[in-house]
Amino acid sequence: MEPRLTFTRLLIYIVLGVLALYFLAPLYVMLTTSLKNLDEIRDGNLLSLPLAPTLDAWAKAWSGACAGVRCEGLKPFFINSLIMTIPAVIISTFMGALNGYVFTFWRFRGSELLFTMMLVGCFIPFQVILLPMARFLGSLGISNSVGGLVFVHVVYGLAFTTLFFRNYYVSVPNELIRAARIDGADFLTIFRKILLPISWPIFMVCVIWQFTQIWNDFLFGVVFSGSDSQPVTVALNNLTNTTTGVKEYNVDMAAAIIAALPTLLVYLVAGKYFVRGLTAGAVKG
Amino acid sequence: MTQEASLASGWADRYLPRLVLAPSLFAAALFVYGFIFVTVGMSFTESRLLPNWTWAGLDRYVELFANDRWWASAINLGIFGTLFIFVSMALGLFLAILLDQRIRGEGFLRAIFLYPMALSFIVTGNAWKWILNPGLGFEKLIHDLGWQSFTFDWLVNPDMSIYTVVIAGVWQSAGFSMALFLAGLRGVDSEIIRAAQIDGASMPKIYTRIIIPTLRPVFFSVALILTHIAIKSFDLVMALTGGGPGTASDVPAIFMYQFSFTRGQLGLGAAAAVMMLMTITAIAVPLMYAESKSTRGAQ
Repeated sequence: MEPRLTFTRLLIYIVLGVLALYFLAPLYVMLTTSLKNLDEIRDGNLLSLPLAPTLDAWAKAWSGACAGVRCEGLKPFFINSLIMTIPAVIISTFMGALNGYVFTFWRFRGSELLFTMMLVGCFIPFQVILLPMARFLGSLGISNSVGGLVFVHVVYGLAFTTLFFRNYYVSVPNELIRAARIDGADFLTIFRKILLPISWPIFMVCVIWQFTQIWNDFLFGVVFSGSDSQPVTVALNNLTNTTTGVKEYNVDMAAAIIAALPTLLVYLVAGKYFVRGLTAGAVKG
Repeated sequence: MTQEASLASGWADRYLPRLVLAPSLFAAALFVYGFIFVTVGMSFTESRLLPNWTWAGLDRYVELFANDRWWASAINLGIFGTLFIFVSMALGLFLAILLDQRIRGEGFLRAIFLYPMALSFIVTGNAWKWILNPGLGFEKLIHDLGWQSFTFDWLVNPDMSIYTVVIAGVWQSAGFSMALFLAGLRGVDSEIIRAAQIDGASMPKIYTRIIIPTLRPVFFSVALILTHIAIKSFDLVMALTGGGPGTASDVPAIFMYQFSFTRGQLGLGAAAAVMMLMTITAIAVPLMYAESKSTRGAQ
């Protein structure tokens, strides 16, 4: 039932509208700036529309701008991010699903304690593992490689993925599993035939969460990558901080949008699951 | 449990679950606990450019506490953290309460308030760096609107640059606290509200006296997560101010990174990392305790 429009309700709508504009403004500014040429940027202001929209800045950001010493735009680093993020998301999600399954339905003496101990991984500031990890990756010979980054993201993603699945499986009735065991179904059969079919919502949540976290990561990227294996966030930061000649704000903004596009798309398509992921860890931690 | 154990389960069912967990538990033991232990150990040594396991007692901590830059970064974190957490929570709660008034297009508005959470802090930092650019950004916009003497130079003003991090951080995270508060508000028993309305209580009074107090556990969760974001904040500052101008907006995460990886002061970097871990623990443990206590109390 829609309440009738009173003065107070009108005021609420106005305040919400103004705040929505405030939240949208940076996106608008990024987009319009990326479509302007440098003269227009100097003559106009943040809110002015591009008079002669051009994709030149986008083209340069994608394949011509200098990020550090390399002047090939964001493209190679965007690809690095893809080949880093996709395997890391798949591996950490599947391991989390199996861990959650065991911690919920195959408890053994001490398994609750082990689960709690694993969760500590959600809370540590990663600064406290950077130095040993750098040496560890070096000793394995995978420092400065995309493979090393995949490894690091899997290792430090497991606490979250395990938590997601465990919290989801706790609400599945135990009788279902017990009945299947009495019928002679084994460990893996129960997981494949009973749990996987009902797990797709939490898979969505977990995949989207991990994708966003790993794609957006900067700390691991800047510490553990070399100039050829940098993820797109690190390259974006180098690109916008490379000061040779005139500062090209339009290219910077186009590059920022390019780096943000994958996670923004995921958010547009599956925002519901993204929100669930954000709240899942917090509401029942 | 005993019933399940008495079921004629095969060898695989007995050991497979533990086998499945083994890699993750091994990873947690080595890469979380083991590496924390190594970092703590390193903070008590003479390590400079390379690890050097000569015992140095508390020398690195003495060195850290005598370092002005460390204190400046800690104070910056205090300013940024307090404002960031407080404003994000207040704005988030405000948005959640407004959205809870049976608003048309609620889903659409929620999506708008929350989309910054999907962005990398590097993207957010760059967007705000451009918006706050003195000369071409917000300042020029106000000039074009007719206020010629307006100045807004926080980004390059050493006294004010840390506040630009607050502006960008709040923009990114307020929607998140809104989402949690809204979920909390939806869980409040509508019977209680109706009873209060019948008693003649006004809506503001119902919110301040009845609804907000029942959200205690949500306050703790939001505070916990925002604290976590604040103490770890590295990428946002790197992208927005680079810790500058000079070192004016330095935070501990940047201090740790620079001393460890660009200045070759491993021991000092390790000591800084340990201080960060201790700060998070000192804040998170009481908050988690309070949260679980207030959740239990509410049930």
